[in-house]
Amino acid sequence: MSFIETTRMLFDHVSHASFSVLKPGEALNLDLYAEEQTYIRFNRAQIRQATAVAQRNLGVTFQGDGRTIQFAVDLTGSLEQDAAFVRSLLERARAEASVLPEDPFLVPIKNNGSSDIQYQADHPFESDWIKQIISAVEGVDFAGLLSKGPQIKAVRNSAGQDHWFCSDSFFIDYSLYTVNASGENKAVKDLYADRAWSLEHFCKAIGHGKNQLELLKRSARRLSAGEYRVYLAPAALESIVGIFSWGAVSYDAWKKGQSGLQKLIEGNAFFSEKFSLQENFRLGLAPQFNSLGELAPMELPIIQQGQLKNLLVNSRTAKEFKIPSNGADNVGWKGEGLRSAEVNGGDLPEAKVLQHLDNGIYLSNLHYLNWSDPQTARLTGMTRYACFWVDHGEIVAPIHDLRFDESLYRIFGSCLDALTAETRLFPSTETYQRRDLSGCKVPGAIVDNFRFTL
Amino acid sequence: MVHFGKLKSTDNVSVMVTSSDTERLTLAFNPNYSEFDIHQGLGWIAGEADWVGLRFVQEYTQNRSIRNQRPDQNLFRIERGVMVEAMIDGQIAYAGTSDLSKPGLREACRRAVQLAMASADSKVFGFSTMQRPPNQGRFVSPRLQGLDSLSLTEFTSKLIDACRHMQVSDKIVNATAETTLVESHCQYASTNGSNIDQQFLLVSANFAVTAKDGSITQRRSLNGPVANCSQAGLEYFNFDAIFADCERVARQALELLDADNCPCEILDLILAPDQMLLQIHETIGHPLELDRILGDERNYAGWSFVKPCDFGRLQYGTNLMNVTFDPGLNGEFASYGFDDCGNRATREYLIKDGLLLRGLGSLESQARSGIAGVANFRASSWNRAPVDRMANVNLAPGSSNLEAMVAAVKRGIYMESNISWSIDDYRNKFQFGCEYARLIEDGQFTKVLKNPNYRGVTVPFWNSLKMVGGPDECRSFGTSFCGKGEPNQMIRVGHASPPCLFTQVEVFGGGQ
Repeated sequence: MSFIETTRMLFDHVSHASFSVLKPGEALNLDLYAEEQTYIRFNRAQIRQATAVAQRNLGVTFQGDGRTIQFAVDLTGSLEQDAAFVRSLLERARAEASVLPEDPFLVPIKNNGSSDIQYQADHPFESDWIKQIISAVEGVDFAGLLSKGPQIKAVRNSAGQDHWFCSDSFFIDYSLYTVNASGENKAVKDLYADRAWSLEHFCKAIGHGKNQLELLKRSARRLSAGEYRVYLAPAALESIVGIFSWGAVSYDAWKKGQSGLQKLIEGNAFFSEKFSLQENFRLGLAPQFNSLGELAPMELPIIQQGQLKNLLVNSRTAKEFKIPSNGADNVGWKGEGLRSAEVNGGDLPEAKVLQHLDNGIYLSNLHYLNWSDPQTARLTGMTRYACFWVDHGEIVAPIHDLRFDESLYRIFGSCLDALTAETRLFPSTETYQRRDLSGCKVPGAIVDNFRFTL
Repeated sequence: MVHFGKLKSTDNVSVMVTSSDTERLTLAFNPNYSEFDIHQGLGWIAGEADWVGLRFVQEYTQNRSIRNQRPDQNLFRIERGVMVEAMIDGQIAYAGTSDLSKPGLREACRRAVQLAMASADSKVFGFSTMQRPPNQGRFVSPRLQGLDSLSLTEFTSKLIDACRHMQVSDKIVNATAETTLVESHCQYASTNGSNIDQQFLLVSANFAVTAKDGSITQRRSLNGPVANCSQAGLEYFNFDAIFADCERVARQALELLDADNCPCEILDLILAPDQMLLQIHETIGHPLELDRILGDERNYAGWSFVKPCDFGRLQYGTNLMNVTFDPGLNGEFASYGFDDCGNRATREYLIKDGLLLRGLGSLESQARSGIAGVANFRASSWNRAPVDRMANVNLAPGSSNLEAMVAAVKRGIYMESNISWSIDDYRNKFQFGCEYARLIEDGQFTKVLKNPNYRGVTVPFWNSLKMVGGPDECRSFGTSFCGKGEPNQMIRVGHASPPCLFTQVEVFGGGQ
């Protein structure tokens, strides 16, 4: 049996065994994440580390006596052993529920329906795959990570709900390096992600990267701090959109005084009509259900033509603040964050970006973003990888990296000149503890007077 | 004003048990697992490769948090699994599994061997058992009061009280008391004789408030949201002192609502130990990691401005700058006896009198680079391969003190408690923000300032280090959330430092 088949059988067995021992008035939610991943890490076109991980982590949410007790446990894969263990956790949960204070914002477990989505993949034989990658990057300084294999997210509860989402895919998140005429390291970054591997596609992407490396070999231009017209390529814009999930579009964060978009929410600031942001689960990168199995709308407008339409509201937040939930998740340090973000494209053809930018900076990637003043939606970060000075629509020279400190209200508001018509899909490459199931789709953007500080 | 004290073993500790109920439910919870015999496990797979290593990790993590005096989270996480390492033709590959049965370990070993064979022709370096020393030993982190010394009810009520102490005004819109209690057990055994057993009890806490007045909000916490952490037992929580600190930071949050914005100027800057932790972490720890210098991290966390030829030559800072890798500091968050390839951990100077001496690199990185390193090959859990991590990196105390530093400043700023952090991929251009600041004028603290930030470039910044506080003002902090590696790993680090004075730093405040 495959990893997917044995995982489904295990989930069936553990669910049945644990639901069957619940007492009247008790409820249980089981939230499974499982993966069988191979991670190959490359440096200098060679293999630094190769790791296989098979893991099944079960989240257990127990409700009883108006209390919520949660567990998360690594399952062994043994039907009887795991079932017995989860049952033993229920004993501890009951004991804790008997002594903890009542949870006024407990969201009763209910049946949020059922779904079963499975995306298949077509991976080559592992050793052949490695050989193909090594062969394709021969002669170039290549660093990156191949992650491949099935990921499963499933949520089932004692009220009868049953959701299953399984996605088999891969990504190669990589960068290519050279040394420029001034003796400085320069690099270009890209991402190849799909369900079916194509050597031809990969070689084409590497070839494109090599061409960019030629431009990077020119002497770098040192720009002084100040305001510049910039093109934020889709990968750079994706980094900025990521900051919206650091509390900015969370109802809970706003009520706690921690939203970076407080002025927008309270009607004291606006974005450009060109800017629209939504959750769109049609992208197929993330399950539509959250860790309690609640379904988010297939599409949820967050900002539409510059106006705030919705904040993300988890059912616990909804209960506390007496507003409707929209199926947001609220797990991890990010809280209510975007799982499948999409920024609408504009009307600038990608082919005309340099011409439209005219004089300014082409920013391929940004690095290490963080709020510098959340009250004014100001964030800071660095330029990274293939960033160029553009003069009269021509790439002239790579630049020395710059630090920016700029407000979202200017980037997506008063200084937003154009968005590209084409958008690019970015499946998440985050692999903390497990490979992430999320992503986003964004265009490129031309922004005036972008502020660089160092 | 830090009251998360680490107690020496000779300290007289009163047990905080008040309930007479002998059957009370304590914070201790030992799930019903049968013991994993690592030597038996190794025996099942020992002959499958040129060399085999086995690392077992069992970690119980409790998150207990209260918000606005109401339960927010009661979560108990159990991580339990093994990482098999298999060496074939000098290539070490890894396979992690939580199936600890004989078939489970054999399947994991088969995968590790398969990956080692598939990648051996393209390996970045040919390793040997020189990078897996056959050490044997045991490490147990210090603790005076175990998790069974306090009931869940009592602990929860203390967190509720902490929130109550923070809610000093209607303008406090959020008061959070979060704690994390970790019991970790790690064993390492290998076919060339490694036999290591390490047990840790780790505690961390975040007590934080948000104050709001109209459209203005300010956050304040005890030393920043992630800084308070230690290897300790429940003696770490001196609640009477914590309550006093909770009230203090809540009133400071209110004070910040009406404070002036931090000015945009080039001024002298004093950083408190709870901000020095971030300064050390980002501008000393990461750039000295040898795997970054070797390029392993280029596609994710980044490279380093430090070059191999800089060791023994680069004047990183002024001669007041003495930095150690110190895995043996009692109670510091990332202390240990051995790293995850079995290398015995010892204290080493990384920077002495401002001169760069040694990198933060494991035996693998040392073999690849030829640069002296330390025992810092660490994995976040059973499901990740080890990489170079910084562990405890500390700035040694000097001979000054905060009072003398303030007196020495004509016009400057004192900042404490990190709230924002960003640095470039070579670890040069940084920008950090703090929760709270005070203006210094003519050698005295004057008004409170909000939204304090500063920026600089690593080596010039450390070469502006003018005064370093003494041992009495040295504080140990850390974080559980240092991210790095592909696949990604979040790991615990510790940083101890006194307050420090830097001259002529670019500072600035908030505003669009």
